[in-house]
Amino acid sequence: MGIEVVVQGLSKSFGAQTIWEDVSLILPAGEISVMLGPSGTGKTVFLKSLIGLIKPERGKVVVNGVDMINSPDRQVYETRKLFGLMFQDGALFGSMNLYDNIAFPLREHTRKSEAQIRAIVLDSMEMVGLAGDGKKLPGEISGGMRKRAGLARALVMEPEIILCDEPDSGLDPVRTAFLSQVLIDLNAQFDTTMLIVTHNIDIASTVPDNLGMLYRRELVTFGPREVLLTSDDEVVRQFLKGDIRGPIGMSEEKDAALRAMESVVPYSSRKTIPEQLAPTPGLPPRQAVWRRMDRVMRMLPELAPAARDAIVSRHLPGVKE
Amino acid sequence: MASITGGLRQTGRMFALGGSVLGLMFRRPFQFAEFIQQFWFITSVTILPAALVSIPIGAVISLQVGSLAQQIGAQSFTGAASVLGMLQQISPMIVALLVSGAAGSAICADLGARTIRDEMAAMEVMSVNPIQRLVVPRVLAAMGVAVLLNGLVSVVGVAGGYYFNVVMQGGTPGAYLASFSALAQLPDLYISEFKALLFGFIAGVVAAYRGLNPAGGPKGVGDAVNQSVVITFLLLFFVNLVLTAIYLQVVPSKVG
Repeated sequence: MGIEVVVQGLSKSFGAQTIWEDVSLILPAGEISVMLGPSGTGKTVFLKSLIGLIKPERGKVVVNGVDMINSPDRQVYETRKLFGLMFQDGALFGSMNLYDNIAFPLREHTRKSEAQIRAIVLDSMEMVGLAGDGKKLPGEISGGMRKRAGLARALVMEPEIILCDEPDSGLDPVRTAFLSQVLIDLNAQFDTTMLIVTHNIDIASTVPDNLGMLYRRELVTFGPREVLLTSDDEVVRQFLKGDIRGPIGMSEEKDAALRAMESVVPYSSRKTIPEQLAPTPGLPPRQAVWRRMDRVMRMLPELAPAARDAIVSRHLPGVKE
Repeated sequence: MASITGGLRQTGRMFALGGSVLGLMFRRPFQFAEFIQQFWFITSVTILPAALVSIPIGAVISLQVGSLAQQIGAQSFTGAASVLGMLQQISPMIVALLVSGAAGSAICADLGARTIRDEMAAMEVMSVNPIQRLVVPRVLAAMGVAVLLNGLVSVVGVAGGYYFNVVMQGGTPGAYLASFSALAQLPDLYISEFKALLFGFIAGVVAAYRGLNPAGGPKGVGDAVNQSVVITFLLLFFVNLVLTAIYLQVVPSKVG
């Protein structure tokens, strides 16, 4: 089973510019979480902070008892082996072909024979749909293939935690859907903890168990997907609908005059929660679904009524409060 | 004020990188394949230019010193003067300039391009320390090549000097060699090789430091390469001055 990631009071700034402040959340073990946010709200910085690539000024990220930000390098390097990170453009080594790229972590960290490595690499290339492309160089393939190769490389060490940085950017809707399915299937097979950072609403509404949003230098909300998907928060509503009316402007926040003008026009507030993706038929059911149900049911009294209804009608169909 | 602290910070971080390179040199696993590959690469880009540069330099030194010595009637010491100058000063400098200019720039560009494409971050995420995996083999290779190349440049330079002095200026072969063995001593060779080793280290570390910290984008990498060569040159001349001053104080000269 995957490992829980605990984030406490994380704050990061570059010089005078604050990226986000006091972010606290828990990525539940074995569940899929998505972090939403408009472009430029520091989603990637957040992801890199979790793994200790970027060191926030305050706060902790505790994985397996190790603080990824303040612990000694040796422990951080050791703990990083639990992670698989899929970079936005794959971050493949340009001088190696795909096969060598994907075999790299195995060759560095294990004493496996080339035959064993070959078996694992071919297996993981098959899983992301790259079978037969091992000889190609990263420069010769499309962005989508590079992403998938990056994912395959993250998978060979059998990580307990997978972090995906914008798996959809630069992909067409069909490939995005395929990739979503790959992620769900991975979670069903290995029960991996996952965090996906994206601004794609389709992924956000169909893939995760938990959903959070970064906006205006803070974590707007983080919790079961129903909470955010039924939220009355202006920012959340605008973002989920992709609406130009609302507090989010082209650069950052809008001015008051523009907001006042917009508020004249009413907008519909129908909220439906799409079904979560299921694993491909033939794979085991996701363990996370049951664990999450247990967890969410216990926090039910604290949730907003809309979220509560959505959860109840999903998990206990036929029961009306 | 900000630029002063910024400059100091850069300097400090470069020293820190040098320190970690020294520390990680002895940490296993040693990247043997990468080391051999880099050694071969650096050798292949420096060996021919080094040989070609050292002949005219040796000749120029020899001609200049020879002509001067002739005027003051000390022609018999031409050999010693030009050989010592060649061995202690010119040869390590030529080696360092070539290792930095030809190999250091390539190392810097390579690491810089990898950094801006997130490859370094990817490596760190996979728990592979880029300094140990990439920088240490490169610095060691630069040091090793510098030491060996220094031998080559010294020999070629001295041979060139001998040829020009004896054949062109009509010096006597016997006097050239005799004065050489009268004044030169083994520590001259040691300091020469030590300088080459140190210059190789500096060239490697500076190239790696600038490569690992480029300003954003491809232009940043280009600037980093440029700066790495300039910084290395400045450092080399300064370090050479300090080393020479210490050497002349510490090691007693053979005659006198």
